[in-house]
Amino acid sequence: MSEELVWRIAGGSGDGIDSTSQNFTKALMRSGLHVFTHRHYPSRIRGGHTYVEIRASPEPVRSRGDGYNFLLALGDSFARNPQEEAYYGTEEIKPLTENLDDLREGGVIVYDEGLIDVEDVPDFEARVEENDWHVYPLDLRSLAREKGREVMRNTAGVGATGALLEYDLGHIEDLMADAMSGEVLETNLEILEAAYQQVDDLEFSHDLRMPEGSHDSEQVLLSGSNAIAYGALDEGCRFISGYPMTPWTEVFTLMAQHLPEVGGISEQVEDEIAAAALALGASHAGVKAMSGSSGGGFALMSEPLGLAEMTETPVVLVEAMRAGPSTGMPTKPEQADLEHVLYTSQGDSNRVVLAPGNVREAYEQTRTAFQLAYDYQLPAIVLYDQKLSGELRNVDESFFDREPNADLGATLSEDEIAEAAHHASGKFQRFKHDPGENGVSPRSLPGQKGGRFLATGNEHTPEGHISEDPDNRVAQLERRMRKLEAIREELDGREESHQTLHAPVEDADYGILTFGSQQGTVEEAVDRLAADGHSVKSLGVSEMMPLAEAEVTAFLESVEEALVVEMNGSAQFRGLIQKELGRFGPKMNSLLKYNGNPFEPAEVVEGFETIVDGDEPAPTTRFVPAAGD
Amino acid sequence: MSAFNAIGEEREVERDEYTPGIEPQATWCPGCGDFGVLKALKGAMADLGKDPEEILLATGIGCSGKLSSYFESYGLHTIHGRALPIARAAKLANPDLEVVAAGGDGDGYGIGGNHFMHTARENHDMTYIVFNNEIFGLTKGQTSPTSPKGHKSKTQPHGSAKSPIRPLSLALTSGASYVARTAAVNPNQAQEILVEAIEHDGFAHIDFLTQCPTWNKDAKQYVPYIDVQQDDDYEFDVSDREEAARMMQKTEASLYEGEVLTGRFYHEADRPSYGEEKRQVGEMPDEPLAERYHDDDYEWERSYDLLDAHK
Repeated sequence: MSEELVWRIAGGSGDGIDSTSQNFTKALMRSGLHVFTHRHYPSRIRGGHTYVEIRASPEPVRSRGDGYNFLLALGDSFARNPQEEAYYGTEEIKPLTENLDDLREGGVIVYDEGLIDVEDVPDFEARVEENDWHVYPLDLRSLAREKGREVMRNTAGVGATGALLEYDLGHIEDLMADAMSGEVLETNLEILEAAYQQVDDLEFSHDLRMPEGSHDSEQVLLSGSNAIAYGALDEGCRFISGYPMTPWTEVFTLMAQHLPEVGGISEQVEDEIAAAALALGASHAGVKAMSGSSGGGFALMSEPLGLAEMTETPVVLVEAMRAGPSTGMPTKPEQADLEHVLYTSQGDSNRVVLAPGNVREAYEQTRTAFQLAYDYQLPAIVLYDQKLSGELRNVDESFFDREPNADLGATLSEDEIAEAAHHASGKFQRFKHDPGENGVSPRSLPGQKGGRFLATGNEHTPEGHISEDPDNRVAQLERRMRKLEAIREELDGREESHQTLHAPVEDADYGILTFGSQQGTVEEAVDRLAADGHSVKSLGVSEMMPLAEAEVTAFLESVEEALVVEMNGSAQFRGLIQKELGRFGPKMNSLLKYNGNPFEPAEVVEGFETIVDGDEPAPTTRFVPAAGD
Repeated sequence: MSAFNAIGEEREVERDEYTPGIEPQATWCPGCGDFGVLKALKGAMADLGKDPEEILLATGIGCSGKLSSYFESYGLHTIHGRALPIARAAKLANPDLEVVAAGGDGDGYGIGGNHFMHTARENHDMTYIVFNNEIFGLTKGQTSPTSPKGHKSKTQPHGSAKSPIRPLSLALTSGASYVARTAAVNPNQAQEILVEAIEHDGFAHIDFLTQCPTWNKDAKQYVPYIDVQQDDDYEFDVSDREEAARMMQKTEASLYEGEVLTGRFYHEADRPSYGEEKRQVGEMPDEPLAERYHDDDYEWERSYDLLDAHK
């Protein structure tokens, strides 16, 4: 009996790999297991190698782990030329050739012999023997064809999986009944059952079985993008504007689907400049608004972003990073837009940037982003990446049980406006020089009596008139900058920190620093290192602007040396820490990865051992020693 | 009447109420056509009895963009070419606002051309004034999208090889439901057209010819003009798309030959505005969205219930 199952389903894009795996993940969660998925797909609509990995365990799962132990290789049905039944290149056998390297020793392989000929897979027999793999060829394609349609071989594969792992298919059947009806449902259920029976009659040579677990409370299965959308909805966001771009589209789609249901407005517009401009316009008129994009689209937003800073208009922007520069690799994760998001647009940056480290944080920090944006009247950006965007994870439903927040922050009622400061001409002093400690001048909303002002991207006087007066400039700029200090103080004073310390060893000698989606992977690596006797802890940082100075400083002061783990080639996060704190250069080593795949725990372990034992880092990563070394 | 604002109170409004404590001479040169737009807008708003507090005037960048500085209302001086997307969202968020957007020919037909096309297509209920003086003014006299072919400037010293954009035709093909051209040299017509455009329930585009005495030396560039509605030679039906298109082509072809035709070119009265269309398909609430945030009785939905699909 194994502790965990890591099930990988592989095939061609468009073969239903994603939907099948989502259903299976949900079924596993309903059976009482903790789940975590990892998605790998090419930038193609149909065909091309794609896989989804589901890690399921009785214990909470934080990352995809290293390797997997069950492969369902469905074949790439779109690799065939429909006229000649010929295959393009080696696409046909990729579900096997591209996946075998990560399959653990003793693992199980089910492949569709209706689509894949193992004769074409180099050294297949030898590798099977060498790694003690257990292979079950099944003609899933014919089975699906006979009973229904070829595309239903996914269902057959899941049925076969159930039998091989001695897993009750009840939850799968329930989910199918929710998703389909009539003849389609009947056929799928029939195929599921037939595949199960066909395999059940075989002699098994493997020991792998479905692990058993139970949950104390009701669970929901969410991706990072889902969590951001729900965080926004709960925080009272009722306006979204966007332009489709992978992977930001996942937030946009969910919001567009639900906003009209809850009385909100969703707008798909002509480009990302317009998208950010609309969010700004809606917010200016008194609605909680959001927009977002991925790297290239966010680049277009830099002008409206600057306008939001100058006019002190609250707005939340989401940036879902993918590999760049330019179009880069549209479906592959990277964390190389950090500096872009921190500093894009002209002038001194005056914005909040939060980078959640997992699904729960994605929800919470989206809410925080709205609170800060509206309380302090500036843009707040939720920065995450393609990995967190697409990974599914189970979360206690009770985690979400909280009240929506309709508070627009420092916004005056008409009665309050009547009492507020006005210019001799009758204009409301929207941008009052000295409103108080936190630098926030309360605002009026268009339509309110007595609240007239001009909002302009030019430097302006308290009532909004354009001005290049040096004293006014200094007063306005310093007031705007003061907001960031106030936000830093507020965040530091919160009961729950947004930084995630993971310290299995107290007073550890070594530290690993990371940000965003790599947090869980690093934590798993730290556990392994600690189990091996290493004195190490980690800190996943989420507050990038203003930077979580006190916590990062305390962490770095407490260790002899640190490893900074991030998915880019220029050590942007380490650079930010050095820039903001002005020290620790000699203490920080970098472990970088930028091949389009996120870190795996073993790579972080090897990177860490490079510092301690002088070992070589994993070949997929790059180690940059500390400035002091 | 809205729960959180003063919109809806009817009263007589004096022109002077739209005059702020700041002088347009700060940016506009003596003899500038932009004064004509400002005057006509004040007149039109006074005619309609619009309270300055219910007007949101969004402008782009350039001499024209300063309109929001010199007109007293809620003002939004934005970024080059982007007044439209900002303004249309404000209108969706609070349909009670009287939203007017304004920009120049570079701003509106050049850098903001894409937004112009799409805002017209969606037929947002707003008025869009484009100050068209066929030149970049505030950056000191470069060729603009409406400069005539052959126009010489410091950035095109050999004369522009480009044909000018055709704003009226572009607005019509894009889907604007009201299209007019007027000129600063004809204040009465300008004011009348503005009144009609603001009252129109849909996207009203006004190509407003404004002379630039500094960079387009001929300060009388739009004189004499002909009012197409008052001249029997130009009889056509403003509600007929094909006839309007034909007239627009005539106007746009003759503008650079000294024959300046102004007036209403297209008026589609019965087409629902974008907000109305959106309401009909269930994509927009009946009451202004912005009001929700001030309504203590409004019950906000939690994602808690939406999470059922994820169980």
